[in-house]
Amino acid sequence: MGSHCNDSLESSIKIPTIKFTQLFINGEFVDSISGKTFETIDPRTGEVTARISEGDKEDIDLAVKAARHAFDYGPWPRLPGSARAKIMMKFADLIEQNVEELATLDTIDAGKLFSMGKAVDIPTVASAVRYYAGAADKIHGEVLKMSGEFHAYTLREPIGVVGLIVPWNFPSTLFSLKVSPALAAGCTMVVKPAEQTPLSALFYAHLAKLAGIPEGVLNVVTGFGSTAGAAISSHMDIDAVSFTGSTEAGRKVAQAAAASNLKVVSLELGGKSPLLIFDDADVDMAAELALIGILHNKGEICVASSRVYVQEGIYDQVVNKLVEKAKAWVVGDPFDPKVQQGPQVDKRQFRKILTYIEHGKREGATLLTGGKPLGEKGYYIEPTIFAEVKEDMLIAKDEIFGPVLALAKFKTIDEAIQKANSTRYGLVAGIITKDLNVVNTVSRSIRAGTIWVNCYFAFDNDCPYGGYKMSGFGRDSGLEAFHKYLQVKSVVTPLYNSPWL
Amino acid sequence: MATRRISSLLSRSLTSASSATLFSRGRNTSSLSRGIYKYSTATAVEAPIIPPVTVNHTQLLIDGQFVNAASGKTFPTLDPRTGEVIAHVAEGDAEDINRAVAAARKAFDEGPWPKMPAYQRQRILLRFADLIDQHNDELAALETWDNGKPFEQSAKIEVPMFARLMRYYAGWADKIHGLTVPADGPYHVQTLHEPIGVAGQIIPWNFPLLMFAWKIGPALACGNTVVLKTAEQTPLSALLASRLLHEAGLPSGVLNVVSGFGPTAGASLASHMDVDKLAFTGSTSTGKAVLQLAAKSNLKPVTLELGGKSPFIVCEDADVDTAVELAHFALFFNQGQCCCAGSRTFVHERIYDEFVEKAKARALKRSVGDPFKGGIEQGPQIDTEQFNKILKYIRSGVENGATLETGGERLGDKGYYIKPTVFSNVKDDMLIANDEIFGPVQTILKYKDLDEVIRRANSSPYGLAAGVFTHNIDTANTLTRALRVGTVWINCFDTFDAAIPFGGYKMSGHGREKGIYSLQNYLQVKAVVTPLKNAAWL
Repeated sequence: MGSHCNDSLESSIKIPTIKFTQLFINGEFVDSISGKTFETIDPRTGEVTARISEGDKEDIDLAVKAARHAFDYGPWPRLPGSARAKIMMKFADLIEQNVEELATLDTIDAGKLFSMGKAVDIPTVASAVRYYAGAADKIHGEVLKMSGEFHAYTLREPIGVVGLIVPWNFPSTLFSLKVSPALAAGCTMVVKPAEQTPLSALFYAHLAKLAGIPEGVLNVVTGFGSTAGAAISSHMDIDAVSFTGSTEAGRKVAQAAAASNLKVVSLELGGKSPLLIFDDADVDMAAELALIGILHNKGEICVASSRVYVQEGIYDQVVNKLVEKAKAWVVGDPFDPKVQQGPQVDKRQFRKILTYIEHGKREGATLLTGGKPLGEKGYYIEPTIFAEVKEDMLIAKDEIFGPVLALAKFKTIDEAIQKANSTRYGLVAGIITKDLNVVNTVSRSIRAGTIWVNCYFAFDNDCPYGGYKMSGFGRDSGLEAFHKYLQVKSVVTPLYNSPWL
Repeated sequence: MATRRISSLLSRSLTSASSATLFSRGRNTSSLSRGIYKYSTATAVEAPIIPPVTVNHTQLLIDGQFVNAASGKTFPTLDPRTGEVIAHVAEGDAEDINRAVAAARKAFDEGPWPKMPAYQRQRILLRFADLIDQHNDELAALETWDNGKPFEQSAKIEVPMFARLMRYYAGWADKIHGLTVPADGPYHVQTLHEPIGVAGQIIPWNFPLLMFAWKIGPALACGNTVVLKTAEQTPLSALLASRLLHEAGLPSGVLNVVSGFGPTAGASLASHMDVDKLAFTGSTSTGKAVLQLAAKSNLKPVTLELGGKSPFIVCEDADVDTAVELAHFALFFNQGQCCCAGSRTFVHERIYDEFVEKAKARALKRSVGDPFKGGIEQGPQIDTEQFNKILKYIRSGVENGATLETGGERLGDKGYYIKPTVFSNVKDDMLIANDEIFGPVQTILKYKDLDEVIRRANSSPYGLAAGVFTHNIDTANTLTRALRVGTVWINCFDTFDAAIPFGGYKMSGHGREKGIYSLQNYLQVKAVVTPLKNAAWL
């Protein structure tokens, strides 16, 4: 059983006053037009942290208008890339100066580990801003080889006004992975953070303003998917939308985009990612990666290693080690530095996960450890491992988005590949082996956007990630993501008397 | 508007002419002329302004320490305004180059620099850029004192550009991509772009800090270590800049700076067996010597940025006033000491006479004087040797029958000031139309049609840059492709940006600096191949 660390930390951690609860439109914090608000809840207690302005269609309209104006007439796309970069570098410095407060906001909003936020999530936000700032003056088109007497070249132009819809599991990281390349490209944008986690996005908007990002370039509208989110996807004056979230919601975004102005869509959706552990793997390392792969961020991560396949030769050893490690895993208040897992984000997720655990038991999988809520307050769930999971069981098919691992055994490489690919998703896969040929064969055979070999969660600014199949299309991170925010224009003119063609 | 700030500061592009007033005093001199000496007034009678800076670094920088030369020798670096000594600088020779290469070798082989995550290298270069900003005027004052270029040019353009270049290369550090490569069969193929190793770099005196940036920027971003030799005329600013780079967190041994002379320090760097790559900017004759030394020693790859005799072509549809202003800038900028100076001004016969008249008038207005004085467009030439060489070329122009429209002699009796000089009726076979003069001497040639000017423009051993002045897209496209040069500036000149590659055709050199192209100079490509078993696809 994951131990529950229940020391009261309220006295030792200073929760900052919530400074920003309104929509950020055209450089100003404003109430929603309807005047409505919604509650954002602390998942440690289920209590209300703050009341946040609830943006709806007319607020999105206002934000798009501001973004459109900033794009069509404002300085941002007309600045040299190096000047945008300089402002973005300032933005990154400001983020670094506010690491503690930003990490706190994500912890009270999403139940994320405070120590992790401070050491990893928020510094990563700053590094992504810097990465794309460094790309802003390196947008190259190409001069083309025409078959006749023509001079032709491509211009990579900012795509225009972009809608960015960000989920609640990594409110800071995903905000940054969408906003940074869009800013660097010279786009203007309307960001909708998840209704569960609106706080840090508003704080980033405030810092962006301090850094000198001009009004209208970055607008943040807090609100719900079915209203504000839908208004973005179906807006006639948004040129592209980038969405991260569930596959069901992603489908709605793509439909709305198609039904409205055919805006360019990129989707980073769900996953049911396999981790394949081969006989030659180091058992301890394999068990460690498998456990972190599913329990990191309480399993609320689209790339979670939620299906672990172990080759029969070391299956028992890996399982024993895994259960042992799961039992030592510390669940509790995310502000406690000893704690490895905080509460699930909200009641709905909490219930959904527990329902899946019940399914697993009913369908005949073997519950090795966990399977229950922890404590009386908040949304804590024990690290849960099911063995002998069959491919047709719900817990092997659906994205649970919680600390629930499905284990199974395999014999041959072909069987491992076949099992790994028997999913509608294709986000990532992990491979643990020292055998070069196995690595190369499996890497090319698995239909997924990222393969981690002898590592997991090896994200990097320069390393694109995104999905095959129903995990979505388009990539975040790297220069691949940058190109999502750029249009290609070909310019052609005749040549006379050219000495070469 | 900030949108054109960087490029327009160095260009006279038509569209940004209004914002680019730093050097163009053509039509608005009156408000600025107070206290500025037109060259017809003897400048040198005034005592030189005391430079607002002290010289703190005169030693060699080896393995993170400022040290004396092994021989203990020093050489004087001179103030081109007076010919007087600014400071005595440690004189590096073969033994010092050996020490510096050993330090760079160790820093490369043992780290931490090439082993550091690119993001950390980026952060150090970004901190360096911030320190350059903070020491802007100090760096600019050293630059002007040692080189003689106008302080306003150093402080408002060159040092900010230096910081800009470092930020640009910082951004490359974490974006250096190899490729995965297709193969004819079941193979997995990748290319790794690895740092090349110890880079030897030799820079000239005309833009000491910018040349320093062009060289060390890509080398450091790619994870190399460096031994850099500054020009003996201008050793000072690089030493201060290098100290700032160490303050920013550069590990010891990664950048070593050796002051000294070409035949001694330069030659031993070029012929060193443990230097993996050489980059040189300077004259074509020295470039040849450097390339030979590299070939004779360990066949290190060499990039060369050498001389030029760049054509500036004014077409018949040009607006004469703007063309005159731009052509003036193209030649006289930096006392004419630019490898890419527009030193052959080809003007269409239909507008030739008007052009010559106005070019002469513009040259007469050029403000020459103490470069520390505000509003000065032109300071002294770098040293006696250059000064005498330029005056010799002027004499040859007169002797060969070109018309000396204005200038043609020294200004004042102290320092290396030369009056802005304009020759008309210049013929292709005259020495002044063929040799790189590297001074404030404009030569104006007449032409009739496009084919003729293409032929004449290309009949030069050089091929660095060209200016094209026309509004006709077809003329612009034809000239652009026909000219055998590394840069074509259309309706602008000297528009430099970190991302724009620069380098020469023919005897103007090998390779390109700046931009994405500059990274290739400092990277080795390693192909990695392994068989694939049961590949899902090929």
